[in-house]
Amino acid sequence: MRKFNLLDGLVVPLDRANVDTDAIIPKQFLKSIKRSGFGPNAFDEWRYLDHGEPGMDNSKRQINPDFVLNQSRYQGAQVLLARENFGCGSSREHAPWALEDYGFQVVIAPSFADIFFNNCFKNGLLPIKLDASVVDELFKAVATNEGYKLKVDLERQVIATPDGKETAFEVDAFRKHCLLNGLDDIGLTLQHVDDIKAFEVKHRAAQPWLYA
Amino acid sequence: MNAKTLYDKLWDSHVVRQDADGTALIYIDRQLVHEVTSPQAFEGLKLAKRKPWRTASMLAVPDHNVPTTNRAAGIADPISRLQVETLDANCAEFGIVEFKMGDIRQGVVHVMGPEQGATLPGMTVVCGDSHTSTHGAFAALAHGIGTSEVEHVMATQCLVAKKSKAMLVKVDGVLGRGVSAKDVALAVIGKIGTAGGTGYAIEFAGSAIRGLSMEGRMTLCNMAIEAGARAGMVAADDTTIEYVKGRPFAPQGENWDKAVGYWETLHSDDGAKFDATVELDAAQIKPQVTWGTSPEMVTDINGHVPDPASAPDAVKRSDWERALQYMGLQANTPISEIKVDKVFIGSCTNGRIEDMREAAAVAKGKKVAANIKLAMVVPGSGLVKAQAEKEGLDKVFIEAGFEWRDPGCSMCLAMNDDRLESGERCASTSNRNFEGRQGQGSRTHLVSPAMAAAAAIAGHFVDVSKS
Repeated sequence: MRKFNLLDGLVVPLDRANVDTDAIIPKQFLKSIKRSGFGPNAFDEWRYLDHGEPGMDNSKRQINPDFVLNQSRYQGAQVLLARENFGCGSSREHAPWALEDYGFQVVIAPSFADIFFNNCFKNGLLPIKLDASVVDELFKAVATNEGYKLKVDLERQVIATPDGKETAFEVDAFRKHCLLNGLDDIGLTLQHVDDIKAFEVKHRAAQPWLYA
Repeated sequence: MNAKTLYDKLWDSHVVRQDADGTALIYIDRQLVHEVTSPQAFEGLKLAKRKPWRTASMLAVPDHNVPTTNRAAGIADPISRLQVETLDANCAEFGIVEFKMGDIRQGVVHVMGPEQGATLPGMTVVCGDSHTSTHGAFAALAHGIGTSEVEHVMATQCLVAKKSKAMLVKVDGVLGRGVSAKDVALAVIGKIGTAGGTGYAIEFAGSAIRGLSMEGRMTLCNMAIEAGARAGMVAADDTTIEYVKGRPFAPQGENWDKAVGYWETLHSDDGAKFDATVELDAAQIKPQVTWGTSPEMVTDINGHVPDPASAPDAVKRSDWERALQYMGLQANTPISEIKVDKVFIGSCTNGRIEDMREAAAVAKGKKVAANIKLAMVVPGSGLVKAQAEKEGLDKVFIEAGFEWRDPGCSMCLAMNDDRLESGERCASTSNRNFEGRQGQGSRTHLVSPAMAAAAAIAGHFVDVSKS
């Protein structure tokens, strides 16, 4: 997994609540057996006017000029600013894969759906929860300032606006450690093989039918 | 000893180790696997030269991509076919039991698992699918995980997790005529919202829940995720134990007696503390119909499409406006005046035998309305299909003008060929009415099986509690 530490990234505002994972990456792209290449189909049904299918040349498709990601001022955005309950719906990890492949490294929202939130950390994508009022202010600032960027410092757990105003954010210590160091969980968990084996012996004695 | 919730008991009995900050390794008893969210996990295992920790804990089935007609011809779409073949190859390579497309036991993963007795009370159950919450109906701790976690569980038999908060959803009283578990689920979501359960594990309790069959409890827990809760659960009781008894993967002989003794303890203790409690009166719940693009956008059959002007805040107002535009609905339209084009009865929410029976009871002796382009019934598994045919339900549906299909996820998420055309409106027994869920431009109204069948007959939504 890619390490995450500091980012000074262009912000794109996606001003709608309850953005679900079906919207982030529609189901037809879930037929892939790979974990890369989903970026061109992130938000496919909003981003393009024609119907997308796997294997299409996306550069030849009809772009929806009204969709915020397609506006020239937001090209190259690395920070996605969103509303509440972002990432609700299905557990598809293809959603964070698509956002990461598109170029996002940070998603800021007042709240996230649990499974999506968890999946982000496995893919070098940092989801940041901020108060709805702070998010509201950011939406206003992005709208009025072209080229609006945010500095994100994971080590210090702060985001900074261009005028230097800092806002702290919470992040789970274990997840922070993994992101900062680009660690994957499996290797870490396997350091506890003895604990797992000991648990299994106890569990098998208590509920032998689970192992019959 | 402190009074424990059911969730406490399930969590405590699976903690392998826990750090001071609450980050824990929890042991997983059962991992269910399907073709969509597993190929990258198997690939990761192979690249790291790792082996599954315990293949006997895994059970696989293709469901999302499978066709529901003309199975003999195989899967026409080469990309879908490759995904299913990849599952077959991975299961063969690692020695994982898989019910392939031609197997009568094949079906939607969350129908198949319980049907086989592969979901047992007291278990931790995971699957790379958010509707894994279904299995909580068995007093199991069950939730959906992403593909990285699928690989993690394969490799380590554990999951890195932090304990959620506990919410009690208590539904007391008796459900009215024509009102089912699906209506309870939608009513709960309507009350707490699609993020109302975020960060919580929900326990459904109360006399109305006790009165539900296992099929009904599965429908309810299935939709816990639509309320934002990764896990939903119901305490074990005689209904649970009776359902599990004699199923292929259920314990037998001496182990059965021992298991039952343990399962009988799987309920919240008197005085157990919940972080939040929500109460509903069963008698007040009417048949539900969603009108928008989120399951929380729901009202009952006597209701109207809401006016965005009456939304509680600006964000909701613009959500409602966008939803009405997408759904092609006018504010204040009575729900019963909404005409539908297609009807879908099936899915991990409502593809079980009881759902087939409820829909058939409505359709019996009637005909699908002229304005309905397609009414389809997709049983949740080959075994549900066989049972329904034994009861003659297939004939009831076919005579009424429904199509009787082969099992799979089908038009719940439209990954196979079963989908709506842009602008088509569907009465659907599935779980999500998101934009594009049933096909680009699709318009989904979530309802119970009885309500879906009634909409097929009338051509528009009608109140099944009055028929």
